[in-house]
Amino acid sequence: MKASWVAEKKSVETSLVSGAELFIQGLQDEKVEVLFGYPGGAVLPIYDALYKSEMKHVLTRHEQGAIHAAQGYARVTGKPGVVLATSGPGATNLVTGIADAMIDSIPLVIFTGQVATTVIGTDAFQEADIVGITMPITKHNYQVQRAEDLPRIMKEAFHIANTGRKGPVLIDIPKDVAVKTAEVKEVAGIHLPGYQPTLKPNILQVKRLNEALLQAKRPVLLTGAGVLAAGAEKELVAFAEYHQIPVAQTLLGLGGFPAEHPLCLGMAGMHGTYASNMALYDCDLLIGVGARFDDRLTGNLDHFAKKAVVAHIDIDPAEIGKNVPTEIPIVGCAKETLSALNQTRGNKGDYNEWVIQLTKHKTEFPLTYKTDESELKPQKLMQVLHEVTKGEAIVATDVGQHQMWAAQYYTFLESNRWITSGGLGTMGFGFPAAIGAKVGKPELPVIAVVGDGGFQMTLQELGVLQDWELPVIVVIVNNKSLGMVRQWQEIFYEKRFSHSLLDIQPDFIKLASAYGIDGKRAETEKDVREALTFALASKKPFVLDCVVTADENVYPMIAPGKGLHEMIGVRG
Amino acid sequence: MRRIISATVLNESGVLNRLTGLLTKRQFNIENITVGHTEDPAVSKVTLTVWVEDDCKAEQLVKQLHKQINILKVRDLTNMALVSRELALIKVLTTPDTRSEIKMLIEPFRATVLDVSLENVTLEVTGDGEKIDALIELLRPYGIKEISRTGVTAIPRGTQKKVLELHPYSIM
Repeated sequence: MKASWVAEKKSVETSLVSGAELFIQGLQDEKVEVLFGYPGGAVLPIYDALYKSEMKHVLTRHEQGAIHAAQGYARVTGKPGVVLATSGPGATNLVTGIADAMIDSIPLVIFTGQVATTVIGTDAFQEADIVGITMPITKHNYQVQRAEDLPRIMKEAFHIANTGRKGPVLIDIPKDVAVKTAEVKEVAGIHLPGYQPTLKPNILQVKRLNEALLQAKRPVLLTGAGVLAAGAEKELVAFAEYHQIPVAQTLLGLGGFPAEHPLCLGMAGMHGTYASNMALYDCDLLIGVGARFDDRLTGNLDHFAKKAVVAHIDIDPAEIGKNVPTEIPIVGCAKETLSALNQTRGNKGDYNEWVIQLTKHKTEFPLTYKTDESELKPQKLMQVLHEVTKGEAIVATDVGQHQMWAAQYYTFLESNRWITSGGLGTMGFGFPAAIGAKVGKPELPVIAVVGDGGFQMTLQELGVLQDWELPVIVVIVNNKSLGMVRQWQEIFYEKRFSHSLLDIQPDFIKLASAYGIDGKRAETEKDVREALTFALASKKPFVLDCVVTADENVYPMIAPGKGLHEMIGVRG
Repeated sequence: MRRIISATVLNESGVLNRLTGLLTKRQFNIENITVGHTEDPAVSKVTLTVWVEDDCKAEQLVKQLHKQINILKVRDLTNMALVSRELALIKVLTTPDTRSEIKMLIEPFRATVLDVSLENVTLEVTGDGEKIDALIELLRPYGIKEISRTGVTAIPRGTQKKVLELHPYSIM
């Protein structure tokens, strides 16, 4: 008698499930492998459902760590990173990461708890209007009003986050919605009449670009993160090789075209190579692919590609013509568009002279620095990292000098090895992003290259390395200062180093040891090689505190307001 | 120049917030904005008037609005043949001497008197912005107590003159 009653009750229960269970179901439907999160009051029902499920959850030590980890995960896997945080402070702690993902087009689906619908708007405990706060920094956001809406909203959110120009989508779940029950129903499909991203290029514009290629004498490709987001690396190489067009890359586009390819000019922009910047300055046809002509790339727009016909391939129509007047606008995904260009290719232009000229620039004005055997040069450090890891490692950075040195000297041979905070320039991004990358790609070595300043913003995540024994190697480029701030103060503020010198700092090795993590201080190139070789072999987390030349500056450099041809610090 | 932009949006909470937030972020100043249902109750139409210096910025505005998930369609009506209307309610001070004078004044404007009290009358006038401005200037000497204007709403004419130079955003 009792048994049949239990069975009956269970059958009723299976058709009606809670919002929290629908959440877990939704994650499974989207084949989510891991959540990065931090619990709290408003998400207790969700964490309870999580406890009963098989879903992998990485507990970071701060919500900012969770979202940057999700960003790192998304960057290397191409799948949306999933974040879970509680209401109020939990949600507001995510804001930096959301803005970072928005400006760098990283797909994320972020779940925040919210106070119950009955008390929303009453300034309840841990209430924050996160939907209002994140409206300008999300691709889209939702607040779930009824449990039965959750499956549809989740399906839409994952679709929006990872299609078109990718970006963060936030779903705010009030506590009572997670508790209330609803029937499990199959979501019929995605109906978003206001969201139809254009993937296939307009064939007339493709034709116009093909014609422009025939007219051109000095074409150059400028490739950005759009190439990586679309997985268009092969198409790009085929296109560049067929026409023999030199390739300049944006900071975020590094790895999209192999750095050691003869046509590769390296990174362009404020700290870009002479060859790349002069190519952009002198070209007569500029083909932007998945790059948004950011001010750090273009320098003074009055001097940017002034002699050139500009063709711009981008999945986001709003990027075309935003900063640079564009003669040949092509809206489409980089992969589809480059394929279309490769399929319709005909006669080739003759760019031989131009390629020879740029190759000469490359050999005459390479990236260089003054070597000094008595000190560890940060540029040398990046070269050693490349050598010891054979360029196979995933490198994640913060923002600043160490970021630029890594971009200049690590030499990215393959795609999806480079994770950096480009648009927003977030200190404290690199280390948690490296954690996410290691979770996403456990088979590859992962190095967090961080400054001594940035590392102190999110170093609590050493707890995650300890917890999961994740073999992430933290390389601190330690110059006892906020290097890029210091550099600008040196150059533009007559060496008035206002609050940029960090003479007092913790013993990072002891700090690592407090988390049960091995570490070593390196003061010479030899120290770095030894410690790194040991760390890679040990398959354990490791902190390598590298004491580098304190007053080293990043060159070449384009001062603010100057054009690409006005680089300083170019040495032959 | 002054531009009239029309956006068809999903009738959901937060859409207007998103739209105006976007304009703030990109440094556009809204002169006026009207919102209302369309023939489909799930869809609303927003008509906004903004001052935009150059065509490039206007194009950016249209494209950025179009990117929003719950904005279905955006049109820059500025260079189109269109009918546009604005409604204003104007409360004017009156004395027994001026009351009939005001009534005569407003007649060519096809304004109507909605309310009369001992000290003032309230008028309703519909038309384009210039016509309303002209009436307000005419009434100002009598003493205007209060004005409430709705902002412009607009719709393109059924027949568009071919000679007009339309700006098509054909790349999409």
